[in-house]
Amino acid sequence: MGMGNNKYQNRRDFVRKTGKILVAAPLVFIPAMLAKKIDAKGYVWQIDPLKCTTCGQCKTHCVLTPSAVKCTHKYEMCGYCDLCGGYLRQGVRTISTGAENQICPVGAIKRVFIEEPYFEYTIDEKLCDGCAKCVRGCLDFGNGSLYMQIRHDLCANCNECSIARACPSDAVSRVPVDAPYNIKDRIGPL
Amino acid sequence: MLAWHMVVIAQERFPRPEFETDYTYPEYQLPAARHAAWEYIDTGVLILVLSVTTWLALKKRSRQGLVWISLFSLGYFGFFREGCICSVGSVQNVALALFNDGYSIPLTALLFFIIPLVYALFAGRVFCAGACPLGAIQELTGIWPKKLPRAVEATLATIPFIYLALAVLFSATQSQFIICRYDPFVGIFRLNAPYTMIIFGALLLLAGIFINRPYCRFLCPYGVLLNITSRFASRHLSITPAECINCRLCENACPYNAILPSDLEIKNEEPAVVRRKFITYLVLIPVFVVAGAVALYILSPGLSGANYDVKLAREIRLEMKEGIPAASNAAIAFKGSGRTDEQLFTAETEIIERYRKGGPWAGLFLGLSIGIGLFSLAIRTERTEYRPHKGKCYSCGRCFKYCPVKPKTEST
Repeated sequence: MGMGNNKYQNRRDFVRKTGKILVAAPLVFIPAMLAKKIDAKGYVWQIDPLKCTTCGQCKTHCVLTPSAVKCTHKYEMCGYCDLCGGYLRQGVRTISTGAENQICPVGAIKRVFIEEPYFEYTIDEKLCDGCAKCVRGCLDFGNGSLYMQIRHDLCANCNECSIARACPSDAVSRVPVDAPYNIKDRIGPL
Repeated sequence: MLAWHMVVIAQERFPRPEFETDYTYPEYQLPAARHAAWEYIDTGVLILVLSVTTWLALKKRSRQGLVWISLFSLGYFGFFREGCICSVGSVQNVALALFNDGYSIPLTALLFFIIPLVYALFAGRVFCAGACPLGAIQELTGIWPKKLPRAVEATLATIPFIYLALAVLFSATQSQFIICRYDPFVGIFRLNAPYTMIIFGALLLLAGIFINRPYCRFLCPYGVLLNITSRFASRHLSITPAECINCRLCENACPYNAILPSDLEIKNEEPAVVRRKFITYLVLIPVFVVAGAVALYILSPGLSGANYDVKLAREIRLEMKEGIPAASNAAIAFKGSGRTDEQLFTAETEIIERYRKGGPWAGLFLGLSIGIGLFSLAIRTERTEYRPHKGKCYSCGRCFKYCPVKPKTEST
C-alpha cells in the first residue's frame, strides 16, 4: 500500500506540474505575441462626420440617457444664413424663432442676429439630445457646418461603443486619446 | 436625398460671410477626454487591491477585511470608474488583438487581462474576492444563501464555458463584444442605462440574494480562465488555519458548493468499478473534443450572423432574390455608400470562412472542458481534510468563522 500510494502521489504531482506549466505559458506568450500591437496611449470613440448619415441612432443607442453625442458647430464653415436649413423646418411660413418653426425638437439651437443679413447659430449642449435632425437639415440645405461628435466629458468610453455597434455607416471608430475629435473641414467626401 | 448629400461635391453652397462688425467666431465646444494617466492609476489600484486581498484571504484570514476591500473595489472600479475597462471584458480585447492586425490593444486592457490571472496562479481567485466590482456587488447582496443541488450547479456551470468560447469567437472575427453588451451591472455602476440592462442586472441581484453570485458562477466568462488557472495555484486560501479535525462544521458553510469534503468516512469503491469508470471517461474526452469541433464547424455559418457585414449581406441578398425591401438603417446607409454588392458579398464569404476556421477551435475547447469535467468526476482524490475546491472557490472567506480550530501559534 505504501509503495502504491507513493506512486499515485507522484503521478498527481506530475499532472499538477504539467498543468501549471500549461496555464502559465499563455500568461507569458500572450503579452509576448501582442508586444508589437500594444498601444500605451489609449483610445476613445469618435464619429467621422463625413461618414455620418444622420440616421438618429446616436440619440437612441448610447448607453447614457441623454446620449453623449451632441451636435457641434464648425462656425468657419457656416454661411450664417437667415434661412437656415439646420434651424428652420422645411416649408416654414415665417422665418422666426417660434417653436413651431424650429427643426430642433428640444429647442437647443440659439439664433442670434449679428449684422445684416447674418445670424449666428449656437448649440445649447445641455438641451441637445443628439437626434441629428439639424445636422441633416444643414447638410441638405446648407454648408454642412453642423455635425455630430461624441462629447468626451460625458462619454463613458465603453469597451464596445453601443453606438458604434448600431451605426449603419460604420462612422464611429476608435481615435487616439490625444486627438479625440474629428473636426469637420469640408461638407462631404472628396 | 440621403444619397444626394453623400455624393455631393465638396463645396460650400453659401459663401462665408465677410463681417463688417468686429464679430469673432465662438470657440468650439469640444471638452477634453479624461486624462490617460487615469488608466495607469487604475492598473496601480488593481495591483494594490489584489495584493491586499491576497494578504487578507491567505494570511490575515479576515472575512470582514475582504468585505471592506470589495466595498472599496465596488466604489472605485464600479461607481467611480464606471465599470470600464474591466478584466472580464478585456478577454475580448485580447482575442481581437491576437487574431486581427488592424487593432492595437490598449496597454491597460492587456494588463487588466493578465494581472488577475497571474495572481490566480499564485494565490487562487483573489480577483473575484476583492477586486472585481461585478463580484463585489453580488457578494455584498448575497445575504440569504441557499445551496443549489449539485447536479443543477454542475449543469449551469457549463454556461460560462460556452459564453467564453462564443465571446472569443465573436471578438476574434471582429463581430461584436457580447460580454460588454450583456454586462448586467455596468448600468447600475453608471446609474444610467437602457432599461433592458437594468432589468437584467436587477433580476440577477434579486436571484443573488438566495443563489449567491449568479453571474460569477453561471455566466462569467473570465471566471472560466480564473477557474482553470487557479486549480494550479501554488498557494490558496484554506478553511482551517491549522490542521483539519474533520469536525464537519464547515460542511454547509459555502454557498458555492466549493468545499471538498474529507472522504475519511466514505467507503472505497471496488477497484474494478473505479477502473472501468476511469477508462470510460478517459475515452469520452476525445469523443467530446471531436463532437465539439464538428458541432461548431457546422454551426459557424449560423453564428456568423453575429457579424454586421454578414447580417447586412443577408438582408441585401434577400432583397435581390425575394424582393423583400432592405429597409434597415444599415441597408439604407450601404446603398448610399458606393460600396458594391460584390464587395459586400466577398466580405461576407471571408467572414464566414474565418468562422469556419475559428469555430472548430472554440468547439474543441468546449469539448475538452466538458470531457475533463466529467472525467474529474470519475477520479477519486483521497482527502483527509475539508478543503476548498481551488477552481470554484472565490476566496470570499465565508467559511473562516465555521472552523473551530485555532492557529498553531496560539496553542500551547
